[in-house]
Amino acid sequence: MIELQGVTKRFGDRVAVDNLSLTVESGEVCVLVGSSGCGKSTTLRMINRLLPHDAGRILIDGRQIASFDPQTLRRGIGYAIQGTGLFPHWTVARNIGLVPRLLGWSPADIEARVTELLNLLGLPPETFAGKFPHALSGGQAQRVGVARALAGNPNILLMDEPFGALDAITRENLQQEMLRIQAQLHKTIVFVTHDIDEALRLASRIVVMHEGRVMQYDSPDVLLRRPANAFVENLIGSQDRGLKAAALRQVSELLDREAPTDDLSGEAPALLMEDTLRQALSLMFRHHRESLRVVDGNGDSVGVIRLSRLMAEGF
Amino acid sequence: MMWRAWLRPLTWLAVLLLATVGMSWLAPLFHWLQPDTRTVVYNRQDFLYLLWLHVELVFASGLAAALTAMIAGILVTRPGGRDFLPLASQIASIGQTFPPVAVLALSVPALGFGAAPTLVALGLYGLLPVLRNTLVGLDGISPTVLEAAKGMGMSPWQILFRIELPLASRVILAGVRTSVTINIATAAIGSTIGARTLGDPIIAGLINGNTAFVLQGAILIGLLALTTDSLFEAIQRRLDVRRGQSSVV
Repeated sequence: MIELQGVTKRFGDRVAVDNLSLTVESGEVCVLVGSSGCGKSTTLRMINRLLPHDAGRILIDGRQIASFDPQTLRRGIGYAIQGTGLFPHWTVARNIGLVPRLLGWSPADIEARVTELLNLLGLPPETFAGKFPHALSGGQAQRVGVARALAGNPNILLMDEPFGALDAITRENLQQEMLRIQAQLHKTIVFVTHDIDEALRLASRIVVMHEGRVMQYDSPDVLLRRPANAFVENLIGSQDRGLKAAALRQVSELLDREAPTDDLSGEAPALLMEDTLRQALSLMFRHHRESLRVVDGNGDSVGVIRLSRLMAEGF
Repeated sequence: MMWRAWLRPLTWLAVLLLATVGMSWLAPLFHWLQPDTRTVVYNRQDFLYLLWLHVELVFASGLAAALTAMIAGILVTRPGGRDFLPLASQIASIGQTFPPVAVLALSVPALGFGAAPTLVALGLYGLLPVLRNTLVGLDGISPTVLEAAKGMGMSPWQILFRIELPLASRVILAGVRTSVTINIATAAIGSTIGARTLGDPIIAGLINGNTAFVLQGAILIGLLALTTDSLFEAIQRRLDVRRGQSSVV
């Protein structure tokens, strides 16, 4: 658990973070979102003491971070940043093994950990362990960056726009990957982004920041349904809010399992249980259907999703 | 094939040693060049001995210069020494515009004649390329890399020795290469102020109007410069291969 209590940070006369209080529960993905200069990165960098805070307290699992030696503190917190910051003169394996080595693990343990992480991130160790960073694509480098952040097995992971420099497709892949890994590992993650869609996608809770203050701190669903003020409303976009909300929920939530599905087969494609309601709406529009068949992984029909039901639910 | 990287410096070294030892074998050639002169091969001092003195002078001054410049470059890029960074880079660039002869001439009044002023002048002159390249090399490291190193929990010493210096090594080495190559040539001018170097035959040749002497000194200095330069190139290539930046030669 990470607690920020009345934290303030000034750069000269400018107040970058203004009396900010925030609690991130263990196992949560807390996404700080806002435009550049809103203090989100500053907030993140204060948690691992890359920046000192001027006032207030920051606690990790109830202990003030000021009471740790900064290097010990940082070795216990995973850190992934935009542009990866991989060391160009080290192989992928050595990059990933950095924190374990700093922590004094045995070479055998380090090697096992590196192999485990490369597998976890979908980079076959036999191909990638010996490569140098310049031989990696942007997406691969960022995977290595995430693996390096996870290497010391930290409970907390700080991520500063890690996917910001990637193309849309690679970014989406990595976001999916991150959700998959998080479902396995249950880390406490603080994630900074300026991309509201990325925030909605990844977060269990979103902190909207503006000029060093918290505008709203809520789950993505609540944020979309009840934006606290005009700033948040503007950020999430008033036009496609409904679609954004629909993207957060799965077809399985509004599935009608009783309905007969025979008359629905034909040219319109079927949906999977874990597809989003946004995808459902899109297919309905495209194929002029008011209901679509839902199938399981084997392609067997499990029920029907109806436009009327989506309308009744409202977003 | 790792040893092939060393083939070129070894070849030049062999040519250099052969020319040093066997200069007298070329006497007929020099005779043809200067038919009226009785002595066509410099004989006041053994070439091998002069080569040794020359190398010693360049090596001692180069080592002292490189170490001093690197330490200075590292100090002014630390948080505590940042205030001196602009001054250091100014000195490093302005110093380059001083002709080496002027540096030599200026050290004579201070230190008298002989090897000592030459050593000091070479050392001072050799500092600058290394200092400049150390600053450029350390400055050229991506801030993201340093941020990551710090964020991962590396100590300042670990960052310096495991990240900064290895990443800047190529540029720093290039500075040492420039410094040493310039000083191989500059050391020859040391003969005008009483140091014993491969410049001796050149000076003697210029005074006596003996072109053959000048040629002999110049050839040996040229070969020494080529040997040293190709040695540095081989070292640089080894560094690149180790970090996978180019295919193995």
